[in-house]
Amino acid sequence: MNKIIGAFDEAVSDIWDGATIMIGYFGHPGECPCWLIRALARRGTKNLTIISNMPGWGRTLIPSLRERMKGLVRFPSWWDDPGLLVENGQVKKVVCSWAGGPSPADVNDFEKKLKAGEVELEMVPQGTLAERIRAGKAGIPAFYVPTGVGTVVGEGKEVRVFNGKKYILEHALTADFALIHAHEADRWGNLVYKGTSRTFNATMAGAAAVTIAEVNEIVELGELDPEAIVTPAVYVDRVVARPLDEVQRW
Amino acid sequence: MVAKYRMDEQTMALRVAKEFQDGMVINVGVGIGTQCINYVPEGREVLFQIENGALGFGPIVSSPDEADIDLLIPGMQPVYRMKGMSFFSQDESFAMIRGKHINMVVLGAMEVSEKGDLANWALPGRGLGNIGGSMDLALGAKRVVVIMTHTTKSGKPKILKKCTLPLTAPECVKLIVTDIAVIEVTNQGLVLKEVVPGWTAEEIQALTEPKLVIAPDLKEVEL
Repeated sequence: MNKIIGAFDEAVSDIWDGATIMIGYFGHPGECPCWLIRALARRGTKNLTIISNMPGWGRTLIPSLRERMKGLVRFPSWWDDPGLLVENGQVKKVVCSWAGGPSPADVNDFEKKLKAGEVELEMVPQGTLAERIRAGKAGIPAFYVPTGVGTVVGEGKEVRVFNGKKYILEHALTADFALIHAHEADRWGNLVYKGTSRTFNATMAGAAAVTIAEVNEIVELGELDPEAIVTPAVYVDRVVARPLDEVQRW
Repeated sequence: MVAKYRMDEQTMALRVAKEFQDGMVINVGVGIGTQCINYVPEGREVLFQIENGALGFGPIVSSPDEADIDLLIPGMQPVYRMKGMSFFSQDESFAMIRGKHINMVVLGAMEVSEKGDLANWALPGRGLGNIGGSMDLALGAKRVVVIMTHTTKSGKPKILKKCTLPLTAPECVKLIVTDIAVIEVTNQGLVLKEVVPGWTAEEIQALTEPKLVIAPDLKEVEL
């Protein structure tokens, strides 16, 4: 068994027009599968539905974020996010919790395209987004949550009362492909992460028909401590390593 | 007479941090609240939790040379690694939040109602609005503390009888720390507990839409 793919373009070569894609992005460079996103941008696949914490800052806003935060943290030059796919006109719909820019004054390309009627938005509370993905991976079609009761999120949704409290019905999310980032992998697809870059990546692994993991390093089978593996191999279909020279050049 | 002043963001964060008790698990949101991380009262040990999946991290780093892009809080600030800290996935993070395992959350707000309804995610007509983790945090944490300016930039009250903006969660706020007052949300109404030196209860009331109950032990804000 060997899930290692030699090149990013090859790893995304069967993603089709109209596919639904999960992207393991919270909003920071650390966790983002930047190389897979660029490969998908090169492929030019259209009409994508993206499930991600956000449609992304994109190349429209990343330079200003880099400038704004430089007194505290230097963001890598290789940072791209799902916003690149939006800017490329490849996205039809986004399911996310954070749709716009960091403030109303910072407008991302997604917001412009939404106002122009070129993209669709489904905005979901972050915890509900995570649980919908987890449920999809776990074979649970729907579940009740308290989040959103008494707000616009709850409007039109089925309500049930448990122990005297209201809950709304939320449905699971699955996808055709999940693009995720992890720190290390072996050829079976076992994954470990680094710090806060685990986030949506570990949640999305296995929630799509095909999970593709972009990793910093591929290690020999047996090198990952079985007690410390976060994502077991069963959830991962492809592994592709970042080019070390590009990662270090920033 | 003491000159009237309004607390700046750091001073408000310092006041909020006084609420942190030893052993608490606390989430500080993405706004002004994040500054509280650096003001834990001496002798108390608390664990900070963040939506993107870490518990027990240290203060915000002071120089980019010490920053790690794999250790960022939601507002993008890098924090220090600490002994005893842990990392987890997004679904685990919100199991903690929604499952009532977080003792306190500190959130910014655009409006708070006299019943403790919170509106902090959307300003209609100004951008898309961003829900993020706000709705889960507002209803999941055992105690919701709001940190905000008392009035809008144009001087209008932000503490209202009823919120006009889209709600984050109904009846969730327990304490409001503003730049001029500390107000507790109770079943008997909003109780004015503390005022910033130089302000009278009447002046605070004039900038607050619902009727305030004046605490019998009303005092000046202590930091």
